[in-house]
Amino acid sequence: MADTAENAPGTGAWDYDPAPERAELANLRAHYRPFIDGAFVDGTGEPLKTSNPATGETLAEVGTAADADVGTAVTAARAAFERTWSTMPGTERAKYLFRIARLIQERSRELAVLETLDNGKPIKESRDADLPAVAAHFFHHAGWADKLDYAGFGPLPRPLGVAGQVIPWNFPLLMLAWKIAPALATGNTVVLKPAETTPLTALAFAEICQQAQLPPGVVNILPGGGDTGSTLVAHPGVDKVAFTGSTEVGKLIQSRLAGTPTKLTLELGGKAANIVFDDAPLDQAVEGIVNGVFFNQGHVCCAGSRLLVQESVAEAVLERLRGRITTLRVGDPLDKNTDLGAINSPEQLAKIRELVASGESEGAQRWTSPCALPDKGLFFAPTVFSGVHQSMRIAREEVFGPVLSVLTFRTPEEAVRKANNTPYGLSAGIWTEKGSRILWAAEQVRAGVVWANTFNRFDPTASFGGYKESGFGREGGRAGLEAYLDV
Amino acid sequence: MSEDARLPVAKTHKLYIGGAFPRSESGRSYAAGDARGRFLANVAQASRKDLRDAVSAARKAFPGWSAASAYNRGQVLYRVAEVAEGRREQLAEAVARGEGTPEDTARSIVDTAIDRWVWYAGWTDKLTPVLGSANPVAGPYFSFTVVEPTGVVGTLAPQESSLLGLVSVLAPVLATGCTAVVVASTDRPVPAITLAEILETSDVPAGAANILTGSADELAPHLASHADVNALDLTGVPAEQRGALERSAAGSVKRVLRVPATEPDWTVTPGIDRLRGCLEYKTVWHPVGT
Repeated sequence: MADTAENAPGTGAWDYDPAPERAELANLRAHYRPFIDGAFVDGTGEPLKTSNPATGETLAEVGTAADADVGTAVTAARAAFERTWSTMPGTERAKYLFRIARLIQERSRELAVLETLDNGKPIKESRDADLPAVAAHFFHHAGWADKLDYAGFGPLPRPLGVAGQVIPWNFPLLMLAWKIAPALATGNTVVLKPAETTPLTALAFAEICQQAQLPPGVVNILPGGGDTGSTLVAHPGVDKVAFTGSTEVGKLIQSRLAGTPTKLTLELGGKAANIVFDDAPLDQAVEGIVNGVFFNQGHVCCAGSRLLVQESVAEAVLERLRGRITTLRVGDPLDKNTDLGAINSPEQLAKIRELVASGESEGAQRWTSPCALPDKGLFFAPTVFSGVHQSMRIAREEVFGPVLSVLTFRTPEEAVRKANNTPYGLSAGIWTEKGSRILWAAEQVRAGVVWANTFNRFDPTASFGGYKESGFGREGGRAGLEAYLDV
Repeated sequence: MSEDARLPVAKTHKLYIGGAFPRSESGRSYAAGDARGRFLANVAQASRKDLRDAVSAARKAFPGWSAASAYNRGQVLYRVAEVAEGRREQLAEAVARGEGTPEDTARSIVDTAIDRWVWYAGWTDKLTPVLGSANPVAGPYFSFTVVEPTGVVGTLAPQESSLLGLVSVLAPVLATGCTAVVVASTDRPVPAITLAEILETSDVPAGAANILTGSADELAPHLASHADVNALDLTGVPAEQRGALERSAAGSVKRVLRVPATEPDWTVTPGIDRLRGCLEYKTVWHPVGT
């Protein structure tokens, strides 16, 4: 890397012409409504306005579900469960899911643009990561629907009934797929609440359910805020709750469901260690570190937000890392060259700023990319803290933004000890050319997903989920079916 | 009858923590009676401090026990069955007196309990083959999923079935490589103490299994809220009292095992639900060809 400032986007040497994807592809409409019992209906909640975080412009007005609508949706889901979905042969259920997978593929360009508009993530990620994974998740689970006898839970494993699902704003459509695909494959019906700030792709998905002629009530989508989610998870007609979000809210839900027969799975926060040993392939590692913490603006529960680098290579890694980060382009999410898009909400931006300020006041050394930021919209430049101690908030708390904390270690044992020194246990990264060290470290870290010489890989066949306070239950793979079966 | 003139040497019934048999640090004990209410023995009444010591001992034992090979863990569990076999009469007498069952029924219960150790001994090296997978991911990566023990498991043992029920909730915890803190049946504690002596002489590492006698009502809230306990088994708690305990378990996102509302027929061969409840799935990825 040459002089890093010279390489910074917007400073001359590395300028790109704008390459925007067309916003019109999203087929954006002025009004969206909740989807209950196969139809779009007026919710009785206060409508919300969802906006483009990159511009601040309002995208659409979205009707929300009040308590009564939650009741209506749960009743519809119950009726659909009893009358059609749980009694239908698995082979037929499978065909509906295959249809949905195909419809998603057909409309993936539209959905990618819509996701980017509503969420702020770069179009290259929504187009190349989110949407292909969404379709793959439905396609994979479709095949399970008539093969559950082979899933290892004994003969004829029974569905639970109505699943109440609450998902976050970081991967709106992908989290929907992770929730709905296994629920439907196993014979459950669904009431899903998308995040308050990103309801649009879930409602486009509702339209896909109509196009697939999915029986009414099998899938219900209820936009709304935290209150709607809270009503949904506590509804006595719900047999299974699945939640992805913060550990704080996860604990509230677990507490709320205490003493009830409702089955619960939680996919919560993380503070993943990305461990770089002195024999790591450093250029690959730097790419992996960048991908690990800046993918999706760092709005990733499994983000590699704690870099643990062996002392002897720390300086070299940091220098290469800063050089590489300097070339990242932050800006218009619809531009195909953009690496980091917009922060999803003013609240999240404030939280990132607050934690970054704590890092500075607690004595860590801050470095921020000199990249140009757009004049309007919600953006935060990639930031690296070095000299971080384990007691600092930026080493302990989930930032959920483009902020990396760098700690060092001397021995592999120390690396593992530091990696595990957190109440979280969702994911971890390991970088070394030494095979036996990879296998050793992968065994030692207490985390549900371990990436060795790679990071942030996902697949519907590979179970995902956390240890400790990162939640319980898995999504994807054979193990993920357990969450939706009465076993 | 002349032999009966000898005065038997009575045993002091103590706790089992970290491989040792301490009295309760509180100095408390309580009288355990037989099924007809006649005095059997004074039994140590564990305190909150004893419970915390037991959790510490279980945490300390976890790295070693969880890292032991599945073959080794299987042999240790089988060894428990071997040693228990040699104490069948003692166990049968304890069950018969404590549970008020006829002697032949008690013997049959003991035999089933010993066989249960054998059953679980055979599971240790089959968990990952049965539950794990090589994942056919769509990309140039080798991805596999294995199961690992979740950590320290806190168990409220069945109140009725003081030996077979106890073994049925403890053996799966140890089979997975988790370590255990078990609160024994309050009113029928004697078989648990005998079992502790069997564990202590059966190559089970110190601290891997800790057994407390005392008031389950008193100890359960402390176990449920303890932040260093990873999973909670409320089998021995009446269903209507589980809600409050599950609420405190949420404070550290504990795994709460799905268990029946009332004690099941423990003689039925168990499935693998309890094993699954003590396990975490770990998925590992590595690139191929780069």
